[in-house]
Amino acid sequence: MISLLWAVVYILLAPVIGGLVAGIDRKVTAHMQGRVGPSIFQPFYDVGKLFEKEGAVVNETQRFYVISYFVFAIFAGALFFAGGNLLLVVFALTLAEVFLVLGAYTANSPYSHIGAERELIQIMAYEPMLLLAAVGMYVATNSFNVSDIAGFPTLLVLLLPGVFLGFVYILTIKLRKSPFDISTSHHAHQEIVKGVMTEFSGPNLGFIEVAHWYEVILMLGFVFLFFAASWILGIIAIIIVYLLELAIDNTNARVKWQLAMKSSWAVALILGAGNIAILYFLGRI
Amino acid sequence: MDISVQLLLFLILFPLITALFMLAVRRDTDRNWIVKLSALAIGAVTVLLLVTQFDKGTLYYGFNAEPVNLLMFVLEMVITVIILGFAIKFRNYLVIALTLIETALIFWFESAATPSVAVKSPLFIDQFSIIMALIVGIIGSLICVYSLGYMRHFYQHHTGIPDRTNTFFIFIFVFISAMFGLVFSNSLIWVFFFWEVTTLCSFLLIGFTKTEEATKNAFTALWMNLLGGIAFAAAIVYLTYQPAGMLGLDQILVSGKVLVLIPAALIGFAGLTKAAQMPFSSWLVGAMVAPTPVSALLHSSTMVKAGVYILVRFAPVFQGTVIGYTLAFVGAFTFLIASGIAISQSNAKRVLAYSTIANLGLVVACAGIGTAEAIWAAILLIIFHAISKSLMFLCVGTVEHRIKSREIEDMNGLIVRLPRIAAIMAIGIAGMFLAPFGMLISKWAAIQAFINAPFGLVFVVILIFGSALTLFFWAKWLGKLLVIIPDAENVEGLVDTNEWIALVSLAGLTVITCFIFPVISSMLIEPFLLANYGSVALLSQDNVLIMVMMLFLLVLLPLSILLPHRKHRTLPPYMGGVPATPDMHFQNALGAKTEMKLSNYYVSPWFGEAKLAMTGICLCTFFIVLMFGAAVFGGGIL
Repeated sequence: MISLLWAVVYILLAPVIGGLVAGIDRKVTAHMQGRVGPSIFQPFYDVGKLFEKEGAVVNETQRFYVISYFVFAIFAGALFFAGGNLLLVVFALTLAEVFLVLGAYTANSPYSHIGAERELIQIMAYEPMLLLAAVGMYVATNSFNVSDIAGFPTLLVLLLPGVFLGFVYILTIKLRKSPFDISTSHHAHQEIVKGVMTEFSGPNLGFIEVAHWYEVILMLGFVFLFFAASWILGIIAIIIVYLLELAIDNTNARVKWQLAMKSSWAVALILGAGNIAILYFLGRI
Repeated sequence: MDISVQLLLFLILFPLITALFMLAVRRDTDRNWIVKLSALAIGAVTVLLLVTQFDKGTLYYGFNAEPVNLLMFVLEMVITVIILGFAIKFRNYLVIALTLIETALIFWFESAATPSVAVKSPLFIDQFSIIMALIVGIIGSLICVYSLGYMRHFYQHHTGIPDRTNTFFIFIFVFISAMFGLVFSNSLIWVFFFWEVTTLCSFLLIGFTKTEEATKNAFTALWMNLLGGIAFAAAIVYLTYQPAGMLGLDQILVSGKVLVLIPAALIGFAGLTKAAQMPFSSWLVGAMVAPTPVSALLHSSTMVKAGVYILVRFAPVFQGTVIGYTLAFVGAFTFLIASGIAISQSNAKRVLAYSTIANLGLVVACAGIGTAEAIWAAILLIIFHAISKSLMFLCVGTVEHRIKSREIEDMNGLIVRLPRIAAIMAIGIAGMFLAPFGMLISKWAAIQAFINAPFGLVFVVILIFGSALTLFFWAKWLGKLLVIIPDAENVEGLVDTNEWIALVSLAGLTVITCFIFPVISSMLIEPFLLANYGSVALLSQDNVLIMVMMLFLLVLLPLSILLPHRKHRTLPPYMGGVPATPDMHFQNALGAKTEMKLSNYYVSPWFGEAKLAMTGICLCTFFIVLMFGAAVFGGGIL
């Protein structure tokens, strides 16, 4: 079941591809806004610079939380690409996120505190849909293992269209895109500065940035699973979904966390659970 | 006599002997020694029971139980008189009425001379009993040891109350004895007797401080549990008119479902009251007024666990029936709603109470579904919950005596002020909701079980949404604990040795059981499932391995602090450019000095107690009515 090779490939390549995705993201966004934008390698220069900076911390324990976030984000992704259990992937990812939140809490700073609270609300908002996506795939393929799901002969998106749409909805939260960049945003100009990341700087922030790239690749891998029966379709789907997220990002203002939470749960319940229920009962007849 | 029956009788009777000794004890040191040695003996004997009996399967012990039955009847009347006495003294007419009804039912089945009244083997032991005995024996004993330290502090803090430490320990040991009796009884009449003893003990312990609030809450617990007791007694009355032997668990569970649907529904109802499921959850929340070790005992190893124990025992009957599904709905909705309410609570003990109610709901849901996989998850939940929850209560008790508050907001920066206790508390919280710790393993098992059960998808959805809620309230509490306040003072001082023993042992157990749960599963749970269901359930080897890897990572990661790294500066947090002092005072717009204060989200407009509890009570009452309807009209079997 577990393929170590893919896990190693993920660990080595995910930051490279993730960084490039971030670079293309910025380029496309710039074009959407009528700017030229930076080079697509800019994210690498930025992170490189962060690692060269002098370390400045609010307290000594921050490093522990950042490293733990980094390690478990990679762990979750590696488990996914190794073909492991999807539920376990989600649990590991949650663990990683909780470390980031705890790191923000420890700072005893108003901005990072509110960011941490909002980040928790975001986790609460997207986690049901993420787990439902795993459950939907189980109902369709009778396995929680990514390796089995990826090897399933039918296009999963045809069986799980609602789940797919629901997943794309919460993907906006996971990618930290508007209108759901509530706890932190890619731009430090929101009302709570940089929210959950306010008190991280230098190498610590660099680690968080790279961990986020790992997460993005994991999420795109999730998108791919819905189209795994056809490689080409899968890659096209990833590109379209990402461009769609960028379009949403650039055309929407940030919403309040209440709306983010309510709408995510409604989407998960109606599109996600509704879709699975139909599939489930059709399968049992 | 067989060694196993000796151990078993020892466990039931020895705590009573300790309770008797407590009557005579005068000096603190004597009490310390007696309690500690008894706790050690009880713990050791449960382990001995495990070592000698785990591979023996199910054993029944037959003997002439007539004299014991008579004694139990007499004691039951004594309990009735005690309860009536209290009820009359406090003019609680509801309790008087319920007690009288129950007594009438007891007289009915005691006087019915049908052949089924005599159960051939009143006592038995199997792997599930052993698990329950370990929980009661080890966790109960640790709580006893903890209480030694706690009660001394308690009377230093509550000087107005007369010192009744001896009485306290008598109640506790009788309670533990009754729990052992309950899990080893095959005869339902015996189970019922011990059931009533736990009701009485919890009543006395909740009302222990004799304040007005304590008395009021004790009576709430009493009438709700009496209602369950009446249902239980009614089930026994029903069964006395069934073919011989039907009052033994061994016979009921193999007799075919049609015969026992009505008693199963009644006992299911009794289980719901004792396990504090909605609409009966308020007694457990009210029980918070008792000294903290009592809360720990009620929530982790006794009382509520008696409720879920009997439900899990009856699970083979519930499986695939409307009764089972309605029970599962009560449990699932209790899980969802209690988890929501916990978000809005700022009192640590109330958060713990709602979390207990929620987790028991999950166990009830598993028992109602009743498949082998679901029961596997239920038993794991019982084990892990008992350990983590007792640890959490004892931590809160210790913290409360130090900072004089049980509000989560007052626990800000506890990791600096009380570093060791806060670290242990962090382990307890992680154990409740994070991978790869116990409760999450169990929830995972529950998802797997629900999804494979017929109509299980509904429960998967409820579980998934409920879990997201639990994540929020645990994580924000954990965050509060771990805040670093640079200039805070360490006020931990010396923690009482007895309290320390219990805390460290339970924290150790929280972590160790996660490493060894595959062993527990293969040694005890799987044989139990094989004997009762003919099939087993387990997580695949690979996944267990991955869990263990995560656990190792978690243990190793704190060492990352020691890794060599470049020098860094420590700066104050960003305050938006406002001049602030290191202790986080800043100048506000009017020039006055203001303290920066951070507080968690409680989202009460959404998760407020009153609104959600009402929803839960209506919803769960509806399902309970449905359950009895299904049982009476015989449409119980799907």
